[in-house]
Amino acid sequence: MTLRLIRLILWVGIAVAAGIAMTPLVWLLAASLKAPEDLFSYTFFSPNPSLKNFVDLFTQVDFLRYFVNSVFVSCASVVIQLFFSSLAGYALAKYEFRGKYALTLLMLATMLIPGQVTLAPTYELLYHLGWIDTYWALLVPGAVSVFGIFLFRQAILSVPTELIHAARVDGASEFGIYWQIVMPTVRPMVGAFVLIAFMGQWNSFLWPQIVLHSAERFTLPIALTQMVGIYQQQYGMLMAGTLLSILPVIILFLLLQKEFVAGLTSGAVKG
Amino acid sequence: MPYAETRISERVRERRWRAEQIAPYLFVAPFVILFLIFGAYPLAKSFLLSLYITNGPRDVVFVGLDNFRYMFSDPNFWKAVRNTAVFTFWSIVLQIPAGLGLALLLNSPWMRGRNLFRLAFFSPNLVGGVFVGVLFSVLFVPQYGLINRGLHALFGIPLDTRWLADPALVMPALVMTSLWMSVGFHMVYILAGLQSIEKDLYEAALLDGANSWQQFWHVTLPGLRHVLIFLLLISTIGSFQLFELPWVMLGRGPGPDASGLTIVMYLYLNGYVAGDLGYASAVGWTLALGLLVVSLVQLRLTGAWKPRAS
Repeated sequence: MTLRLIRLILWVGIAVAAGIAMTPLVWLLAASLKAPEDLFSYTFFSPNPSLKNFVDLFTQVDFLRYFVNSVFVSCASVVIQLFFSSLAGYALAKYEFRGKYALTLLMLATMLIPGQVTLAPTYELLYHLGWIDTYWALLVPGAVSVFGIFLFRQAILSVPTELIHAARVDGASEFGIYWQIVMPTVRPMVGAFVLIAFMGQWNSFLWPQIVLHSAERFTLPIALTQMVGIYQQQYGMLMAGTLLSILPVIILFLLLQKEFVAGLTSGAVKG
Repeated sequence: MPYAETRISERVRERRWRAEQIAPYLFVAPFVILFLIFGAYPLAKSFLLSLYITNGPRDVVFVGLDNFRYMFSDPNFWKAVRNTAVFTFWSIVLQIPAGLGLALLLNSPWMRGRNLFRLAFFSPNLVGGVFVGVLFSVLFVPQYGLINRGLHALFGIPLDTRWLADPALVMPALVMTSLWMSVGFHMVYILAGLQSIEKDLYEAALLDGANSWQQFWHVTLPGLRHVLIFLLLISTIGSFQLFELPWVMLGRGPGPDASGLTIVMYLYLNGYVAGDLGYASAVGWTLALGLLVVSLVQLRLTGAWKPRAS
């Protein structure tokens, strides 16, 4: 009897906490759908919903361009990082070669260095390369993710080595084995990494803010923070912009949820 | 005939063997090349740069350790260090225990709707810091903002509480926002850690007559040690690099009386807004070394480099 009561109380507590956790996002959705003048008149949803905020967003601001920029940069970055990181992860997992141990240590060490240390010289280097204010500055320095290398190394370790040997006997090339045997086998990790890399680039702010100067190249985080300064009083439009900015990640997460949780945690639990 | 055949297959085998030797080097080459260009070189260069005052990439003057001397005598730098330290402390003290509590409850078989609850707590983690900042700067608005309305109705706090304009309230607002954002991240990791604890250990404890508190203390916590240490390090590193949240919430600046100034914001303001990359490098190195020291102290205190006690 008392155990059931305690469980009931705990359940109610969790349910209330979960409700509080969801409140900001629910409010965001409600706020985007209110007429601008109704924003603070109703706590959540307004009885007369309006799309005015979204209309303002696409007419007063070049929101579509920023959105497309973000989609382009994030997708390109995901493809590049996925390819190079999984390739290196495969090398660490299934080959023996001289310097492998030292290389692994080096990779681990780079994860401990905060990016802010190399910010200034990297900026200078890109300036000399003429890459400031181009997407090369976003895509090239981060083309290989060390975190990704370790995720793929972990996943590829469990691919049977006999499978790789058999393919080799059948005359498959080394790259062919990676492409046709290994990658299809570690598909869940591909899903997890796609989401992690996409989120990383999509939400990235400090670096793009430093290297991108022209408004027509801005990604969503930069554009939105600029809008906050310019359209201070148009909360409704800002909320609509925020909603559309977080929607792609949420959709991708719902699609890749299972793989994501597996990938996110595999390193920590075993490590 | 048989002789020729073996020769061919030997040559093929030879070529295959060579491919197998070379392939791993080609596969890690992109990392190595990028590391040399965008890792090793900038790291060395930033050390050199930290000894210069620069005004854009062209105008450079050697000043030795003056950047560091200036930094350590700048009250704003110390303000940034203090704010970052306070934020880091509260993040760790609130987020890890809250994540642990949620994970324990949401791992219990009797908890109905577990998956839905997990999703509810985790979803804020998908929202980038900038977007959270924009959203919460509106939620914290005095008079009409949802947070003041809610807290007014529940606890009677004044409706015109100015969270983001009162220096005493900026840090609590940042800590609360960050708790909302990150608690689900900790929960997911701890949940995975819980699921990797072997069930036999609990059965053995039960046979020894351990109650649930003793089970938690002697089986669950030791089993979660690695995950908890990992989360401690990750949240320290993340908190030390706090920038976007205060930057956006406080209207692209350090906030009233610099109450939201963090180390990375200080670096950004001095390096990129003021244009002195040399000074930015000096701050960056100080941040990296500070982080290294704190991480080592944490590893020492948690005994992470001793072999696992069994």
